[in-house]
Formats: sequence, C-alpha cells, structure tokens
Amino acid sequence: MQDKKKDFPIFKYNNNLVYLDSAATSQRPQSVIDALKNFYERDNANIHRGIYTLSERATEKYNQARKKVAEFINANENEIILTKNTTESLNLLSYTLHGILPKNKTEIVLTEMEHHSNLVPWQQFAKRNNLKLKFIPITDNYELDYSHAEKIINEKTAFVSMTHVSNVFGTINDIEKIISLSHKKNALVIIDAAQSITHIPIDVKKLDADFLAFSSHKMFGPTGVGILYGKKNLLDKLPPFLFGGGMIENVSYDFSTFIQSPEKFEAGTQNYGEVIALTAAVEYIQNKSLHVISAHEKELLSYAIENLKKIKGIKIYNPGINKSISVLSFTINGGHPHDIAAILNEENIAIRAGHHCCMPLMKKLKIPGTCRVSLSIFNTKEDIDRLITSITKVKTTLQLQ
Amino acid sequence: MNDMYRENILDLYKSPLNKGKLENSTHEFSKNNPLCGDEIAIQLFVKNNIIDDVKFQGNGCAISMAAASMITEKIKNMNLNEVKSLNKDDILEMIKIPLSPVRLKCALLSLDVVKGALENESKSI
Repeated sequence: MQDKKKDFPIFKYNNNLVYLDSAATSQRPQSVIDALKNFYERDNANIHRGIYTLSERATEKYNQARKKVAEFINANENEIILTKNTTESLNLLSYTLHGILPKNKTEIVLTEMEHHSNLVPWQQFAKRNNLKLKFIPITDNYELDYSHAEKIINEKTAFVSMTHVSNVFGTINDIEKIISLSHKKNALVIIDAAQSITHIPIDVKKLDADFLAFSSHKMFGPTGVGILYGKKNLLDKLPPFLFGGGMIENVSYDFSTFIQSPEKFEAGTQNYGEVIALTAAVEYIQNKSLHVISAHEKELLSYAIENLKKIKGIKIYNPGINKSISVLSFTINGGHPHDIAAILNEENIAIRAGHHCCMPLMKKLKIPGTCRVSLSIFNTKEDIDRLITSITKVKTTLQLQ
Repeated sequence: MNDMYRENILDLYKSPLNKGKLENSTHEFSKNNPLCGDEIAIQLFVKNNIIDDVKFQGNGCAISMAAASMITEKIKNMNLNEVKSLNKDDILEMIKIPLSPVRLKCALLSLDVVKGALENESKSI
C-alpha cells in the first residue's frame, strides 16, 4: 500500500509524527476536513426547521448522511439514531431499555473486557432495575471464555452487552456465536462496535444484532457524532430518551406526543455539520475498502509483534494476529507505562498509556496499566521501526535491563 | 540526557524514601489519579502540631513516586500550618524538572494526599 500519510494533513503540520493511537481517535483525511468546512461555508442552516432552500439543502444532506451510515452497516435508514458518541448511544439504551424487558429476566451479561462506557451505564441500570450483572471471563490468551458464556447466558438473561473488539488487546470476539446463543435464550444483544468499525466489515442483518453502537471520531469522521443502530421493531417500542424540540408530534401545555424513531431519539439541534461530514469519512473507508485497510494493518501488526518480542523484558498482551485487529498492549519490566509513553513522546511517537478505561480489567491482570499501540491505514513499517528503536532508548533512559 | 528522567528522579523511583506503613498513625488518606489509575496512600504521625513521621504506599510512574519521596521527606518535622500552605510551585521547585500539564498531576498527587490526610484524623494522641 502506498503511503497514505499524504491524505492526512496532521502529518504535514507535525513533522516526523508517528501516530500509534488510532484506537483512541482517528486522524482525519483532508476530504473529511473539507466536507466540514464546505458545509459551514456553503450550506449551513438548521435542519428540519426552515422552509427556505438553504435549510432544505442542509436537511437533505443530513438525511443522506444517515442513509450513508445505514448502507455502511447494511441497516435501514430508519434504524440509525445519531447521538453524540458511543457512550451516549449506550446510555440511551440504558435509560430506555427497561420497559421492553420481560419481567422474569433478572440478569445482564457483560464481558470482563468492556470499556467503562459499556460497563458503568449497566451498573447504574442494574441498580435502578434490580438486576444482577454477570461477566464472561477472559482466558490466559486474552480471549473470551466461551464455555463459561454458554453457562451464564441462560433463561434469566435479559440482554448481553459486549464489545466486538477489545480496546486493550485487539481481540476480535465471536459475536455471531454470542448472538445466536443469546437469541436461543430469548435475550437481546447489544454490540459495542467502536473499535471494530474501521477494521471489520459489519452487516447488522447478517449478524442479527439487536443494537449496535459506534462513534464517528474513531472512523475518520468528526467528533461529536455517535451512532446507535437498533432493529426497527425494537426502536419503535422504546420510549424517547431526551425530550424537547425536533422529537415532538404535538405539544400542548400539559401533554405531548412524539414522532417515530429514529427522530424521536434526536431531540434538540443535532451536530448536523459533523454528521454531514461523516459521509465523507464513510466514503473514504469505502474507497479504500475495509479488506485492503485491514490486510495492511495486519501485516504491520505482525511485523510489530515479531520485533517487539525480541526486546528483553517486554510482555505483549494480544491473542495473536489472526484473532485480533491492529491493536496490542505491552508492558516493560520495571517501567511504568506513563514513563514509557513520555519518553516515546520525546521521540515524536504517540502511544496510549494507562488503564484504557478498563480499570477492572487492569486489576484482574494485576498491572497498573499498559502501553497500547493501535494502527491505521496511514501507518508504515518505518513507524514500527521508529517505535522499536525508541523502546531501546526508553530502556536506557529508565536504566532497565 | 532526558530532562524529565534525571538521575535523582530515577534514584528515588528505584529506591523510594519513606515507603512503607506506620504502625501508629494519627492521620491517613489515599487518592488515585483517575487518568492513570495510580494510587498513593499516606500516613502521618502528628505530635504537637508537627509532623513527627510519615510513610507512603502506592505504585506509580517515576514522577509520582519521586514526588512522593520528596514531599514526605520535606514535610517531616514541619508544622501543620506550613504543610497546609505548600503549593504547586513548592513541588515544582523541589522536583526541578519541566512538566507538562498531564505529568504535573502525577507530581501533585502526593501533595493532594498529604492535604487530604490532614483533614482526615484517624486517631488523636
């Protein structure tokens, strides 16, 4: 694959930057930045409001964006709710789902590798609705223990909410298996696809997921936009989450009725400029093809693991390249992840260090945190070489053996 | 030579001062830095309004561990009003390295814990 760095202006303004933190947020291609700028310069007016041409044009572009996102995951456009981020998508569910769950269901199943955003809302939900949380454990190879999953997903399970891909290990979870297992027990399944969306093609119809959440900012799109997919029949049953303008049908002083989903979940002025620019991000991925992107990343991940392994004192947290996307964690004996990241930063290398919003997981692994490397379409072998060379410098600076 | 990781910082990281537990503390407190999950617990033994002894426990980066050693060393035999008036600049002067806003939090965590401990008397003597 040719050097894709030229598509991303960040590298023009930050000489020699090695960006290895795409799992935290993507860099944005020029086309997305242009789409955002062009919209505000040429087409801006509030959507769903004006009778005039400009507002109609903005509304049309907003609807096209929803259609584009729907097409990207093979959903219908009326099954796509636009939110602020993955966290808000999951919170929307955590504030509306209780009404549609059968009363004899008493448990929620999560996994031990959930990001706080797919754990904390459910802790609160469980507390409010008097349900019990169960966790699918992880194995020594940083994968889910599916035999344990088969035991805890049972008639008592109201729903399973789980991540498609671990943001710490890169592990690709067998969501097909969990979905089929859960549906047999009449349990709903919510998938957090924040980490998988730019690496694995997702077809919600084939998957048969009930809900699926992800964010624009991790897929080359603007910040401030999240997506929640839900099966139409389920979305129709859920009550609204936020109330106000844009989601009402009829309002009197003491009573209101609401419009249909998905708009009934989109109260107030949306981040419509950012939503519209998300179209360019989806097009960027489609033009490059997810298969080509992930093949390139896999080659780099394999190269990175091979070379990191040679460093004395390093421990890699990744289930193996065929079971993961291009994310891996590592620790170095005697070095704190923050110090390692700080020294790499002096070499212009950006990695993530810490608990990665997975505090209970770190506790289970008995470590304060890890260093995380995550790759994207623009990364090169030279980036990995720079990382490897600089880790040697880290060890010298911190006087590690 | 790396500015942030000078010899004195690394020495204190590898061989911290005042690390451990006090059998007979009068004040204690712990706090974590939610950004990185690092946690520091500090115990004080206060007598006649003076810090007679202090120990800390915890794991963290070189900056937070070195700062914990330095501040516990500094407050020994200090009177409580002096300790309460310590601020960011005192820590920076002690640690003598340039710190970004994020790393400043690592350096300041132990000062926060010391101040928390003063508000949290576990036993009076």
